[in-house]
Amino acid sequence: MQKSIKTVPDNGGHFGPYGGMYVPETLMEPLQELAREYEKARRDKRFRQELDYYLREYVGRPTPLYFAERMTDELRGPKIYLKREDLLHTGAHKINNTVGQILLAKRMNKRRIIAETGAGQHGVATATVAAMFGMECVVYMGAVDMQRQALNVYRMRLLGADVRSVTAGQQTLKEAINEAMRDWVTNVRSTHYILGSVLGAHPYPMMVRDFQSVIGLEARTQILKQEGRLPAALVACVGGGSNSIGLFHAFLGDKRVRMIGVEGGGRGIRPGDHAARFQRGGSLGVLQGTRTFVLQDDDGQIMLTHSVSAGLDYAAVGPEHSYLRDQKRIEYTYATDDEALEAFQFCSRVEGIIPALESAHAVAHVMKNARKLRGVVIVNLSGRGDKDVMQVADILKLEK
Amino acid sequence: MNRIDAKFAALRAAERKGFIAYICAGDPNLKMTISLAREFERVGVDVLELGIPFSDPLADGVVNQLAAERALRSGTTLAGVLDAVARLRRAGCRIPIVFYIYYNLIHRHGVGRFAREAAAAGVDGALALDLPPEEAAAYERAMKRAGLCPIYLIAPTTPEKRIAEICRHASGFIYYVSREGVTGMQKTVSGSIAPRMAVIRRHTSIPVAVGFGVSDPEQARNIAQHGDAVVVGSAIVNQIAKGRSARAVSRFVAPMVKAVNDARPRR
Repeated sequence: MQKSIKTVPDNGGHFGPYGGMYVPETLMEPLQELAREYEKARRDKRFRQELDYYLREYVGRPTPLYFAERMTDELRGPKIYLKREDLLHTGAHKINNTVGQILLAKRMNKRRIIAETGAGQHGVATATVAAMFGMECVVYMGAVDMQRQALNVYRMRLLGADVRSVTAGQQTLKEAINEAMRDWVTNVRSTHYILGSVLGAHPYPMMVRDFQSVIGLEARTQILKQEGRLPAALVACVGGGSNSIGLFHAFLGDKRVRMIGVEGGGRGIRPGDHAARFQRGGSLGVLQGTRTFVLQDDDGQIMLTHSVSAGLDYAAVGPEHSYLRDQKRIEYTYATDDEALEAFQFCSRVEGIIPALESAHAVAHVMKNARKLRGVVIVNLSGRGDKDVMQVADILKLEK
Repeated sequence: MNRIDAKFAALRAAERKGFIAYICAGDPNLKMTISLAREFERVGVDVLELGIPFSDPLADGVVNQLAAERALRSGTTLAGVLDAVARLRRAGCRIPIVFYIYYNLIHRHGVGRFAREAAAAGVDGALALDLPPEEAAAYERAMKRAGLCPIYLIAPTTPEKRIAEICRHASGFIYYVSREGVTGMQKTVSGSIAPRMAVIRRHTSIPVAVGFGVSDPEQARNIAQHGDAVVVGSAIVNQIAKGRSARAVSRFVAPMVKAVNDARPRR
């Protein structure tokens, strides 16, 4: 049973009934080529050594697994550890994946890089590695996200990326992905698309998971060293689902470790007000290359979503999450905007760590359920909150 | 015999090339779609390709994206389009109709139900443009059972082995995308069509329609030399976007139909 979980996906990228390759014909061969090249790269010792080198020397791995003593005291529940992905170069876990993919792009002789971004963290992480390797970089970003994440837009431009505003639809992550895919269809011979989450067509969900699984591999070793035992639970936020799958993956075989994914509950679970695909309104669908849980209406039109956090504000969830939910291996819940905002302030005040609004959803779950959680709990602090400070100040009217 | 097969058989017998017109159903409303279908039939359009509007048309350029937005704003649904097709058929319209559709709409409707209802309404085939043959087993069975043609794309990036595989799945006609990119108008026509068509011909005798980017009679005539039919989409949608009447749009389409019909195979 556990073994089967570790052997997904199949050759076509299927996680049980989820995943696959649902793309226009123009992209089929390039995706299959990418899958073949990735398969070769991950067996190549030199590729792994090069990746390890950059993760260590440039990105700043390993990250600490930090015992959050005051948070633990305040909440009087579980013993809380924070996996400090916020300390990575560029400030979030996203760069684990962009370093891996740009090395792959280099192997494939692609000189032009494109990416989509929601919160801007993936865009920054892509612009960063493109700058480091001297590659041309175009980042697509929804106009609404550009407004709420203005700091990251400036960072990307400083790094030499061409940030293109997307004004279709609700002007957030989903539309940015549509536009990135249109670019890729048009420039596929010269261009590698660095997709930022465990989404899209095969091989992306598998490849991004593999590049992010370093989070859990480190955390598992660290907790065994620091506590001498496995954690009772892991908690991470789920947008597309890359930081959560990254933390969870190394623990999938540890049957007694609970895994909790926290989606963006927005203003509450009403149509158009949230981004919790496993709650009411979510159903099986096919979006942007993959078959998975999607927020859609009865006709199959994709619904509007809302989350205070741009990184969680997306209508579909990575296919492996749908699969692991079916297997009852991961539990999914949500935190609302208000709960995340409270956690954002709480974490800042008691730990001196300003979390990304995305990560604040994971902290919020632990705050809400402190009484019910026991033993050691690892929370993935997937990114830092500098990018969100102005937005939060605006919402809370902290500036007097 | 399916209307698509009958149409291409007739075109072959007459040694003529076919003209396929694409519009987005419900742009700006279904009443206009019905009028356009009648007008197109009158000016000799051979196949009508109806786009079913979707919230996330990632294979479409801006012209067709805006058309889909207009159609969704007027409340167009798959069920509504099926009803419009049924009304056209009841009124005696015999033009072959192909749906150009994103797979989620079929998936949500139910693959079997989609095929049954489409056949009952008088649809002849569908091109699910984000559904490659690898994922299409159930869809293909349902389509064939209902007597509908599953139509597939071949792109400039498709290698020969894959072309052979796609040809084994295709029926009605094959849609050769003449350039890499999203739908939209082009100033020049890709030069790589002839050698690619030769490769496709090695693997199938099914008619091949060529499209993506054709916007005037001259281009239409050039493309028609290579394939069995030419698809024109965005250029027509652009006329609709300008608020032209169905009659005016058909006056725009008629010279392209004639250019294609008169085209001779290149020696």
